[in-house]
Amino acid sequence: MRALVWHGKQDIRCDNVPDPRIEQPRDAIIKVTSCAICGSDLHLYDNFMPGMKNGDIMGHETMGIVEEVGPDCRGLKKGDRVVIPFTIICGDCDQCKRGNFSVCERSNRNKDMADKVFGHTTAGLFGYTHLTGGYPGGQAEYLRVPFADKTHIKVPQSLTDEQVLFLSDIFPTGWQAAVQCDIQPEDTVAIWGCGPVGQMAIRSAILLGARQVIAIDCVPERLSMAAAGGATTINFETESTVERLNELTKGKGPEKCIDCVGLEAHATATLDSIYDRAKQAVMLETDRPHVLREMMYVCRPAGVLSIPGVYGGLVDKIPFGMAMNKGLTFRMGQTHVNRWSDDLLRRIEQGQIDPSFVITHRIGLEQGPEMYKTFRDKLDSCIKVVIRP
Amino acid sequence: MRRADRTLGVARGLGWFSIGLGVVELLAPRALARGLGLRGQEGLIAGYGAREIATGIGILASRDPTPWIWGRVAGDALDLGTLATGLGRRRGGAGVALAAVAGVTLLDVLCARALSSRRERQPVRSFADRRGMPKTPGQMRGAASDFEVPKDFRIPEALRPWTSAA
Ligand SMILES: NC(=O)c1ccc[n+]([C@@H]2O[C@H](COP(=O)([O-])OP(=O)(O)OC[C@H]3O[C@@H](n4cnc5c(N)ncnc54)[C@H](O)[C@@H]3O)[C@@H](O)[C@H]2O)c1
Ligand SMILES: [Zn+2]
Ligand SMILES: [Zn+2]
Repeated sequence: MRALVWHGKQDIRCDNVPDPRIEQPRDAIIKVTSCAICGSDLHLYDNFMPGMKNGDIMGHETMGIVEEVGPDCRGLKKGDRVVIPFTIICGDCDQCKRGNFSVCERSNRNKDMADKVFGHTTAGLFGYTHLTGGYPGGQAEYLRVPFADKTHIKVPQSLTDEQVLFLSDIFPTGWQAAVQCDIQPEDTVAIWGCGPVGQMAIRSAILLGARQVIAIDCVPERLSMAAAGGATTINFETESTVERLNELTKGKGPEKCIDCVGLEAHATATLDSIYDRAKQAVMLETDRPHVLREMMYVCRPAGVLSIPGVYGGLVDKIPFGMAMNKGLTFRMGQTHVNRWSDDLLRRIEQGQIDPSFVITHRIGLEQGPEMYKTFRDKLDSCIKVVIRP
Repeated sequence: MRRADRTLGVARGLGWFSIGLGVVELLAPRALARGLGLRGQEGLIAGYGAREIATGIGILASRDPTPWIWGRVAGDALDLGTLATGLGRRRGGAGVALAAVAGVTLLDVLCARALSSRRERQPVRSFADRRGMPKTPGQMRGAASDFEVPKDFRIPEALRPWTSAA
């Protein structure tokens, strides 16, 4: 089959690889009908995430039709139409039972490695680093789904691929980001980053009733989409984020701050950004935490920082004393997709939201490698790419 | 490699070059002044060094290095003017340096022009029609208030002074 394969930094190719087979009794193989490129894939593309290997298949936002099931894969049969969450879940460990699916204790087949690096393992993820199992991803014609009896979301025929595909990741991610804020009707929610995750977070915050949503980015077309979703926008290249946020909150700062940017924050004209760039260049630091620092600074005391943006390793010069004295709450993590997916599917069915609004590009697998670049560099007004293999 | 990448690559190269040259100017202005026949201008040379470093950092750290590269072009003009004053002196490599700076200036101008045209080539689309919700955001605000935030995602009462005080 054809698949998008990682060969090294900024080197992704459309290769011919062996078809996946059933390996474990709870596996299923699905024929991929749609998949997407995610901002998290960009961290792998730019080689900021440790633990990738030459030959890894990319992709963790996938849906399709069940082609074959293992003997113990109950509740799923050939022909079922499913969206596959990016987090692989066993469904019966302590964490899964609590709904903390992204830290499932059993689905990471490289548990030993993760135990060493993270202290305790987290869930297995598709198309991601070997620290999270190194499972082949779904930017391919077929995908093997481990623990498939639990790792799926069944979707009705009445909805199109594009309407439900993002249940795999970015919609629940934006939603969880907003839920982590425990939004109150008086709240101002400030959201850094208007990529696909930021766009979903904006709409989630509105649906959950935030009085004011403010979105920060520097890409005009992304800001225009943020405004369409109900956000007041700040372009950090032409205005001061901190000043504007204080202005919009009568000098008190937003109660809730969401980081939808992650470790590749663009350097802004501030000193700390330049410091991070320089340290990252000489490998003294792996992540650029500019957004984190800004959120800690501008957030209202006793406020909440919600961090769906991905970090990979070490950050430096985090003003922890400031955060401590302000009594800030931090909530973060990979998304517990299946915890929210049924409820969100219902909201899509009821028409509260149609997540396909974010799609700007539709391509075949062959154009994948080129499209990674287009998406990363935000060329051609690219916001979200859907691939039909 | 695509043209846009190559241009950005050249810009980054110029950024590092700026920093390198700046460090030398800042740390060894006296030796440079002697070599270029610019004795007495040590302060000026060190100042130029600081300018080079600032420009270099600007190029490397900004998302769009275009204005910084144009800044280099302006700096080159200053350098050329200053070097020219050293031309008449007996001892000094001002002539060689002039030729070198002229070469770099050409590269700066080409790079800056390529970057500027890159910017113009990209039309910005507006997504003002991509609401994603059936009604206006104002009308949709709170539409999901049937959602109950799970206990383990709630913010402790004590940390909600601005709501519970009201
Ligand atoms: N927690 C999860 O489970 C989960 C799931 C999906 C994605 N993510 C992460 O969420 C983040 C965003 O994903 P995406 O798909 O939207 O990616 P993206 O790269 O398209 O979006 C990032 C946006 O942030 C903007 N940005 C960069 N620097 C900024 C700054 N200093 N201030 C404000 N905005 C800035 C960029 O212009 C861009 O529009 C990534 O880190 C991704 O890995 C996390
Ligand atoms: Zn993702
Ligand atoms: Zn589990």
